[in-house]
Amino acid sequence: MKAAIVVFPGSNRERDAGRAITQASGTAPAYLWHQDTSLPAGLDLIVLPGGFSYGDYLRCGAMAAQSPIMREVKAAAGRGVAVLGICNGFQILAEAGLVPGVLMRNASLRFICRNVHLKVVATNSMFTAGYAPDQVIAVPVAHAEGNYFADDHTLDRLEGEGRVAFRYCDAAGVVTPATSVNGSARNIAGVFNDRRNVLGMMPHPENMTEAMLGGSDGSALFASLAKALP
Amino acid sequence: MKARIHVTLKHGVLDPQGKAIAGALASLGFAGIEDVRQGKFLELNLAETDRAKAEAAVRAMCEKLLANTVIENYTIELG
Repeated sequence: MKAAIVVFPGSNRERDAGRAITQASGTAPAYLWHQDTSLPAGLDLIVLPGGFSYGDYLRCGAMAAQSPIMREVKAAAGRGVAVLGICNGFQILAEAGLVPGVLMRNASLRFICRNVHLKVVATNSMFTAGYAPDQVIAVPVAHAEGNYFADDHTLDRLEGEGRVAFRYCDAAGVVTPATSVNGSARNIAGVFNDRRNVLGMMPHPENMTEAMLGGSDGSALFASLAKALP
Repeated sequence: MKARIHVTLKHGVLDPQGKAIAGALASLGFAGIEDVRQGKFLELNLAETDRAKAEAAVRAMCEKLLANTVIENYTIELG
C-alpha cells in the first residue's frame, strides 16, 4: 500500500497515523506538505491527520481545505484514491466538500479527550471490511469541534445509502442521544462520500493499535486498507 | 472601500455558545433575554472602487471561505 500523509501547519497526529499505516502494511508512508502542488505517483491512500491546522482559525479545517495540496487531494479522490480524514482531517474533508455536513462545537462546549465506544455501522468499505457488522469498538476522541451536523434531508440520504460508517454508542452498543458524546446528529462519528473511497471520522483509530496504547480496536481499519490496497 | 460582513448561524442550527452566553447574562442579573445567537464580524479594506464588482468579489469570498453555507448565513455591507 502506497500511502501519503498530508502535514498542515498545526497537524499533530501525523506520526501516529504513519505508525499505524506502517504497522498494517509494512511500508512507511510519505509525508507531504500543505503547500505541495503534486502528489507522488501511484498513491493508494491519502491521510489527513488530526491536529489544529492553521490554529483552527475562522473555522476548524476551513483554511486547510483551501491549501494548494487539497486541489490534488480532491482530484485524487475523484479518481478513486482512498482518502481518510481523522479528527481535524474530517473537519478538512467536510470544509472541502469531500464529505457532506460540518463539524460544529461540541454540544457540551468542552474539549473531550477520552475513550469512547463506536458501533461499526457499515462494513462494506475498504476502510471497515475487517470489522464485523455492528461490532462495538473502543477508540479515543480528542476534539472540541466534533458535533456532526447536516440537514435532515442529507442525514436521511446518508443513512439510506449506507454511508454512516460509525456511530457513538455505549459499551453494550446501544445508540441513544445520550451516547452521542459530542452531540452529533444521529450519533454519527464517521461518514463516507458517495463512492465510499473517502472516509471522515472524528475518533482516532491510529491511537488504538496495540495493547500498550490500551487496546487495538483501531488496527482493523488500517489492516482493512492494507488488504484492499495491496 | 470597506466591506463589513456578518456571519451568523442559520435558523434551526443549534448554537451552544449562544446558549451559554444567555446563561451567563442571566446569572449576571440581566433579565428578559429570550435568546442569544453568536456569530462573526469581519471588516475588509478593499482596493476596488466599483461597488458592484466589490460586492461580487466579497460574495465569492463568503461562499468560498468566510462562511460555511451548510450552517451559516452571511450579510455584506459596503461603504
